[in-house]
Amino acid sequence: MKASGSPVPVERGPVEVLLSIRQVEKQFAGRPVLCGISLEVASGEFLTILGESGSGKTTLLRLIAGFEQLDSGEIRMAGERLDQIPAHRREVNTVFQSYAIFPHLSVFENVAYGLRAKSVPRVEIPLRVTQALAMVKMSEFSQSAPSRLSGGQQQRVALARALVNRPRVLLLDEPLSALDANLRRQMQVELKSLQREVGITFIFVTHDQEEAMALSDRVALLRAGRLEQVAEPREIYGQPATAYAAQFIGQTNLLRAEVRDGIANAGPIAWPSAGPSGAATFSLRPEAIRLSSAPQAARPAGGTAHFHGRIQNQTFGGAMDLVEIDCGNSHILRARIPSPGPLVGQQDFEFAASDAVRVREGGGS
Amino acid sequence: MYSRAYKSAVTIPPLLWVTVFLLIPYAILFCYSFWSVSPLQVIVHNWNLHNYAQLFRNPLYLTVLLRSIRIAGAVTLLALLLGYPLAYYLSFHAAKRKDLLYQLVIIPLWASYLVRGYAWKTILGSDGVLNGFLQYLHITHRPVEFFLYSPFAVILTLTHIYTPFTFLPIYASLEHVPRNLVEASHDLGASPFSTFVRVILPLSLPGILAGATFAFVLTLGDFLAPLLVGGSSGIMISNIVVSLFGAAYNWPLGAAISLCMLLLVVSLLFATERLEKRFTIS
Repeated sequence: MKASGSPVPVERGPVEVLLSIRQVEKQFAGRPVLCGISLEVASGEFLTILGESGSGKTTLLRLIAGFEQLDSGEIRMAGERLDQIPAHRREVNTVFQSYAIFPHLSVFENVAYGLRAKSVPRVEIPLRVTQALAMVKMSEFSQSAPSRLSGGQQQRVALARALVNRPRVLLLDEPLSALDANLRRQMQVELKSLQREVGITFIFVTHDQEEAMALSDRVALLRAGRLEQVAEPREIYGQPATAYAAQFIGQTNLLRAEVRDGIANAGPIAWPSAGPSGAATFSLRPEAIRLSSAPQAARPAGGTAHFHGRIQNQTFGGAMDLVEIDCGNSHILRARIPSPGPLVGQQDFEFAASDAVRVREGGGS
Repeated sequence: MYSRAYKSAVTIPPLLWVTVFLLIPYAILFCYSFWSVSPLQVIVHNWNLHNYAQLFRNPLYLTVLLRSIRIAGAVTLLALLLGYPLAYYLSFHAAKRKDLLYQLVIIPLWASYLVRGYAWKTILGSDGVLNGFLQYLHITHRPVEFFLYSPFAVILTLTHIYTPFTFLPIYASLEHVPRNLVEASHDLGASPFSTFVRVILPLSLPGILAGATFAFVLTLGDFLAPLLVGGSSGIMISNIVVSLFGAAYNWPLGAAISLCMLLLVVSLLFATERLEKRFTIS
């Protein structure tokens, strides 16, 4: 990693599509694992495939790597069909969840493995291996046996072993999940700056939404084999497309409302909504709710919704307290409020109507 | 913690067994190897190295010993050539047929060694299945004699009998090769063949060594197959030991040859075990 200098600003010029996934379907023993996945990945992008276990995220990664064959659809890299090329001829490298370091080879030979396989000139190999090990700060372990390395060190070797081949796309399958919390945060930072430095497209699989938000240029949220939403972290948080996306990424209040004449009504709470009339679901982030000094107005006005409720529970959280508000008729809202000191009884609250984001109720359960 | 009585109850019987049936017989054998037989066929307790000297002086013993080693080497090689691909196929490609094929390899082990030996006798004999078949096809016009009673027949029979013993440790070691290492190798650009040579083969070396040791040691000590199908040209060193302890009534020389064999086998076992340890990666 670079010791000095400010991070290079990411060029956001004309976006060149490097990898394009079209209508990919995959079944295992008749059970659909991926359904109609279409996704484009830009050159140099850090894309995270986020999903619960069993959502098909690892399968999607394995399809790109070539360890699984797709049932239908296609994957192209720079316009050329990728899915029909065997794994060992794809310009794609993988960092495995379990690292998959060759136990019978030294750290140096592990990193050199791909170069030797591709018949890189012999004289070039030591230099490139040394550079790659330096990049992940593992130079001093060059001659070590892998069994002597800790999990975090093996992780670095796995990273160097993949990057030394200068792949067009680097696939990372939950690479940090086996590390403890501190090391994990440190590796997140290093991974991000490494990606900026080498400029290689990263496709990162994780079930950890915080990790996804922290690292990614874009997040592809996968749910039960279908893409729920593909967007930048800020957008997916601020403008979740579906109720599932809103709940999976961060905390939220889901308000099931009835929209009529530009007003949304969810039990005792009402706010202006420009959307079409009828039943609708809204996502309201806890931090969008504020304490209000004004009493509840008869009709919402000025783009701000007011409501009152009884404080049911208050959890101290340092800068922000988590407050559960009972608004009657079993409407419970959770709010994250800058520590107001202990709250009791009935209180007035407000939120900006624009913070109530209309979301689709996702298919399935 | 276990009581003293429990510990003794567990350790003493096997120790006793080993002492009575292994250590004491070997000690007796060791003593015998320095004694000699008088012309009146009486064992004379005059300690000397005469028997050991004879072993190296008499060309018969050396010839047979070298032949035994050659046969053991050939059986080992053939057992590896048959056993490894089979184990590889079962471990990596058999998928659903795995269990069935595994059983098919194991089941012959349940049949008596003698039955399998005799089976080859009936197959290779001059009026055996093979000769009958060849004459039926008019490939040969009279029985081919060298099928039976030759080193070839011994090698064939012992390869058949000991290949499962070679297969099993190889299969076990291949099953222990982490599959994600194979994927990692493909991922890094190595072809399936290169992956086999650079990842699978090195990681299965302990199994190869164990399997080869089984085949070699078991063949070297075998005397039944040469007896059944070997004829005079297929005699192995154990046959000589058997006859020295039997008809020839020269226990001292028999004991000396046995101990040399034992030394050979034990040092081989030590060597391969050390090698296995070197290639086994935790």
